[in-house]
Amino acid sequence: MMSKRIEDLKVIDNKRINSDSFVIELSGEENLPEIKPGQFVQVRVDGSPETFLRRPISIYDVDYKKNTVKLLIQIVGKGTETLSKVKDGDLLNLIFPLGNSFSDPGVNEKILLVGGGVGIAPLLYLGKHLKSIGYIPDMLFGFRSRDRIIDYEEFTKIGRVLITTEDGSEGEKGYVTNHSVLSDVKYSMIYCCGPDQMMKAVAAYCKKNNIKCEVSLENLMACGFGICLCCIVDTVKGNLCSCTDGPVFNINELKW
Amino acid sequence: MVNLGIDIGDLHFRNPVMTASGTCGWGPELSDFMDISRLGAIFIKGLTMEPREGNKYPRMAETPAGMLNAVGLQNKGVDYFEKSIYPVIKDYNTHIIVNINGSYIDDYVALASRMDLLEKIPAIELNISCPNVKMGGMAFGTNLDSARAVTKAVRGAYSKKLIVKLSPNVTNIVDFARVVEEEGADSISLINTLLGMSVDVAKMKPALSTITGGLSGPAIKPVALRMVWQVANAVKIPVIGMGGIMTASDALEFILAGASAIQIGTASFIDPLASIKILEGIENYLIQKGFTDIHEIIGYINHKSS
Repeated sequence: MMSKRIEDLKVIDNKRINSDSFVIELSGEENLPEIKPGQFVQVRVDGSPETFLRRPISIYDVDYKKNTVKLLIQIVGKGTETLSKVKDGDLLNLIFPLGNSFSDPGVNEKILLVGGGVGIAPLLYLGKHLKSIGYIPDMLFGFRSRDRIIDYEEFTKIGRVLITTEDGSEGEKGYVTNHSVLSDVKYSMIYCCGPDQMMKAVAAYCKKNNIKCEVSLENLMACGFGICLCCIVDTVKGNLCSCTDGPVFNINELKW
Repeated sequence: MVNLGIDIGDLHFRNPVMTASGTCGWGPELSDFMDISRLGAIFIKGLTMEPREGNKYPRMAETPAGMLNAVGLQNKGVDYFEKSIYPVIKDYNTHIIVNINGSYIDDYVALASRMDLLEKIPAIELNISCPNVKMGGMAFGTNLDSARAVTKAVRGAYSKKLIVKLSPNVTNIVDFARVVEEEGADSISLINTLLGMSVDVAKMKPALSTITGGLSGPAIKPVALRMVWQVANAVKIPVIGMGGIMTASDALEFILAGASAIQIGTASFIDPLASIKILEGIENYLIQKGFTDIHEIIGYINHKSS
């Protein structure tokens, strides 16, 4: 079993990437533990009454050579807003790495990564991992509109990136499940992270077309390591914790 | 050296710092971060006779300086506990105390009888204060006759140390403390969570699937402290205080007000090492103040202010 740790990491970069999203790069004094694609961290915000609990954040990227991790975060409330203001040299207290991970694909799998909005976060590290073990995944990302697009240049180094926007201001118009690539290419494995509605639509598409699919959920959490039983997911095996049994689930486990 | 040991009857605890039920899983979850044998005891997740799925998601809402939960006693039931959990935890080098729950008095009695047979479980915490179940739970802890009846029945079925966990959702908690003491409780733990609620304004609906839930965290500390002080002054049996303890200073407030021991709950969600830091902080405080025994400060404000 991998060891979880509680550690202060130093902010070495905090970069705005669109109107409400930013990427924090953190550096550790100790060597990073082994981190798997799909795992997350629990960040202590500032201990103020409004941001009492930690915030669970996906791991966006890991660089073992530089000994850094990156977090891609969208401002959705007070906690993430406070985090958006951290400066180089600030320390953030993390509990990590937490949760399970995306499973490795079978041989000759044709892979698509589907992300919605900030849900693309865990797919960068996953994509890099897949490439390192010999797969070139396609990526299909959905955003609301052009101005909400999150810079995906890093993803283009892994494979082909396709875009949909709800208003058609960039890429194909509509939702990811309407994209033409789905009729052009026969995928056998889809990894997905994004808003619940999107993941449910992708899961339904995969079930209908007999495609294997894993989704990464983002349930509300208190602890993040299995002691509070708050972040439960209704599964065929009963209520499971998305923090320890997930956040990645095979869609066949979920009651969707 | 400072003596931190405390006793409930003839049951000795190496120190007064314990983890609260429902906030430390079955123990192994916190072992990822620390040596749980340093604690005085761990109070494990609420147990029932039958497996329970608990309430639907969402069952947690963050609130100012605290959180609401509506877990609803999710657990795999006593058969699973005896077969799969007890063998793993029985060799922990600290006291494992089981928090027992039921919908009817018979459930509590049956469960207490089963726990009586487990050699490495030296005590149970009778939970008559869970606010998140439709039947039982807090219903027993908010009616004096029911509190008396369930305590008496469980006392008759259980030979080891009986700790009764009280609900703060009553007009006069001292009445409940006196009743469970009369019926043979060896100790009282308090407080369970305060009944509360939160509305998601953006979604225009309750934040919890159950609408109401139990409030914990620093937001409830002054209320918890007041109740612990009242109860400690009203009963002879040891009192275990809890409610929003985040730091050693918080813990010391409860001890100075009369708690013989304290439980750490919600703090562990934010800092899994909170209980160990609090233990070290209490020890340092005693040393700095020149005390040699924790008993010198238990209820200190009550002796000195009279």
